[in-house]
Amino acid sequence: MTERKIELEVLRYRPEQDAEPWFQTYTVPCPEEWVVLDALNYVKDEIDRTLSYRWSCHMFVCGSCGMVIDGEPKLACKAFLRDYGDKIRVEPLANFPIERDLVIVMDDFMEKLESVKPYLIPKEEKSLDEGSYLQTPAQLKAYKQYSMCINCMLCYSACPQYGLAPEFIGPAALALAHRYNMDSRDVGRKAREDTVASHEGIWECSFVGACSEVCPKSVDPAGAIQQVKFSSAIDYFTSWLPGGGSR
Amino acid sequence: MARSHKAPFWFLFAAGGTVVAFVLPVMVLVTGIAPTLGLFTEALSYDAMSAFVGNWIVKIILFGILTLALWHAAHRLRVVAHDFGIRADAPVAGTVYGLAALGTVLTAIALLSV
Repeated sequence: MTERKIELEVLRYRPEQDAEPWFQTYTVPCPEEWVVLDALNYVKDEIDRTLSYRWSCHMFVCGSCGMVIDGEPKLACKAFLRDYGDKIRVEPLANFPIERDLVIVMDDFMEKLESVKPYLIPKEEKSLDEGSYLQTPAQLKAYKQYSMCINCMLCYSACPQYGLAPEFIGPAALALAHRYNMDSRDVGRKAREDTVASHEGIWECSFVGACSEVCPKSVDPAGAIQQVKFSSAIDYFTSWLPGGGSR
Repeated sequence: MARSHKAPFWFLFAAGGTVVAFVLPVMVLVTGIAPTLGLFTEALSYDAMSAFVGNWIVKIILFGILTLALWHAAHRLRVVAHDFGIRADAPVAGTVYGLAALGTVLTAIALLSV
């Protein structure tokens, strides 16, 4: 097993004692197959117990360990050390306030997520006795990709529009709205449109596409937003016709 | 939240983007670069071109290409201004869309006068 000494430059910010964020360097002996999260865990266990960061599953499923690694938003559990040099800079996700060290305040994201009603709104509730809602493989395929989102917020960290205009609903929430709109069991599109088709919704997006590049689950939020733009633009025109959707 | 009125402009932007990507390079090649290489000089002569543009179908197609390109550029400029942190969206949108509208009218006049 080969081992490498990695210099981990970690952003520190402890609001009760630090006036502003600063970088602390830890030297960590790392086996070649480690990821950045392993190195952080080594620091926490062996060098400095005061370091704060979020993590849980260590297998790209929970979405907790999003951070900016060498300038790019990444899951720390998916950032293999073999892809980096001997010096790695680790910062909290951009565009969010820092709670402590690598931990960000995610309240804004949670509010936006709620605002798009990211859950099935069925036409009529079925009781358990009536059985499950059936779907064809084609109906599943229509939304499956967008259902892979793990709410890791890497896309919000990468999105320049969210950085410029914090009121922007943002990539993950809009892609999730699309995920439920595309679901054959759901009839909630109209209920979501007030948020989704607002200025703060899809129309704030200028299709930079950074969200899709950093997404660790290949959700392609940028693609989802473009599709929603198209269907919302159709809505906009049909709403002027008799019997068209209300605006 | 109020629904946005960006939709119709985005439609023009999207249509213009497609047209610009596919057609404009060919038009630049045929009308701009080819003559300097001595190509199509006969077909691009004044008589041939004025007869060509005199056709109604050609007028409609040219109108579509030229004006969609203008609306595409206008919306792109609006977004670029936004990206540069200029948050005065209403005056920016008014100016760029106004210019595109002016260009649309001028294009119609020019084509109808042929």
